[in-house]
Amino acid sequence: MATLRDIRRRIGSIRNTRQITRAMKVVAASRLRHAQERIFSARPYANQMMALLQSVAGRLEQQEHPLLARRAENKILLVLVTADRGLCGAFNANLIRAAQSYLEEYGKDRVSLVTVGRKGRDFFRRRPVEIVSEHVNVFRYLDFSHAQKLARELIELYTQESVDAIDFLYNEFKSVMVQQVKVERYLPIEPISAPKGEFLVDYIYEQPPADLLRALLPRYMEVEAFRALLESQAAELAARMTAMDSATNNADELMETLRLRLNRLRQAAITKEIIEVVSGAQALEY
Amino acid sequence: MADTLPIGTQLRIVTPEREVVEGEISEVSIPGKGGYLGVLPGHAPLLTELQPGDLTYRQDGLDFHVAIHCGFAEVLPDRVIILADAAERAEEIDVERAERARRRAEERLKQPSESEEEMREAREALRRAICRLETARHAKA
Repeated sequence: MATLRDIRRRIGSIRNTRQITRAMKVVAASRLRHAQERIFSARPYANQMMALLQSVAGRLEQQEHPLLARRAENKILLVLVTADRGLCGAFNANLIRAAQSYLEEYGKDRVSLVTVGRKGRDFFRRRPVEIVSEHVNVFRYLDFSHAQKLARELIELYTQESVDAIDFLYNEFKSVMVQQVKVERYLPIEPISAPKGEFLVDYIYEQPPADLLRALLPRYMEVEAFRALLESQAAELAARMTAMDSATNNADELMETLRLRLNRLRQAAITKEIIEVVSGAQALEY
Repeated sequence: MADTLPIGTQLRIVTPEREVVEGEISEVSIPGKGGYLGVLPGHAPLLTELQPGDLTYRQDGLDFHVAIHCGFAEVLPDRVIILADAAERAEEIDVERAERARRRAEERLKQPSESEEEMREAREALRRAICRLETARHAKA
């Protein structure tokens, strides 16, 4: 049976925990706002890049480029984008589960991993999967150079034919409440076609279109990698915010029930004492 | 030519991180891979790769400078779109930092022990720093 003091101590400890979860929620919320803005400000570049790529590619008779080359998929590389830190609900667990079923589906000996974020690395490090490389601590100060580094590495792996296909597995930021685990083909690039119905502008090319395409494609891969990282970051912060919000609410609820129990117990103790005094006095009267 | 040329064109400079410049301008000079290109409103459509350099544009009779580090430019009669890896307006550039970066790159280039990859990196860094300093110089002038 819990004593008054036990209950008081528990309430105190829950109050402390609640303070931490609430602080984490506030921090996640403010960083989320920032992350969302970055997704928006990265969009114009990505859209323009795509438009440019389409207009150049649509003009070429045949698109020949190592990044467009299709091969039999004997070796697949999975880029697993998790978070660096925990306490964000099922965010990492969902990704890892999806990665495991991906491994099941394609066969463990065909798939190797590149992990982004500490959680995915920690999980798969102790398992029989080849980890080609790992990127940790990228999300705290995420900028384009991280994506560039990652994209260049992936492009190299692909062009050297160490792998025949590259997929991204990451959490897509749908809304603050919803994150969705998503598998996306990164390489080879789908053949790019000019948007239908639009008439092609006749450009003066300072460089031959084939050269432009060669320069554009790696840049496009960097942008795609950056987008995936930004999405994942926003999704992580959203997941953490929601998780910490419900943790704070749970703490409130728990404190409420404990306080109720405490008061009842205290009242019971007082009543008991009164009864003792009263019945003692009555015993003397007779 | 029957049509009169427009007097303004839209300039848009975007990087993966943000939109640096957007507005109506009357003239722009772009650091293309094959040399600087002057573009006036009504220019024929053109596509080019960029090299690190100083982009200048004229807006409301004033000249503005932007440091550009690689990327692409799409010129259309009514707008000019610059996709740059990085771009900074002259007044945003931290001269001291650029100066430090330049010195560091020069130091590295002097050391013969560095690998091919590192040398290439250092050369790129040097070009970026010089290009920043060049643009920053215009900010004061």
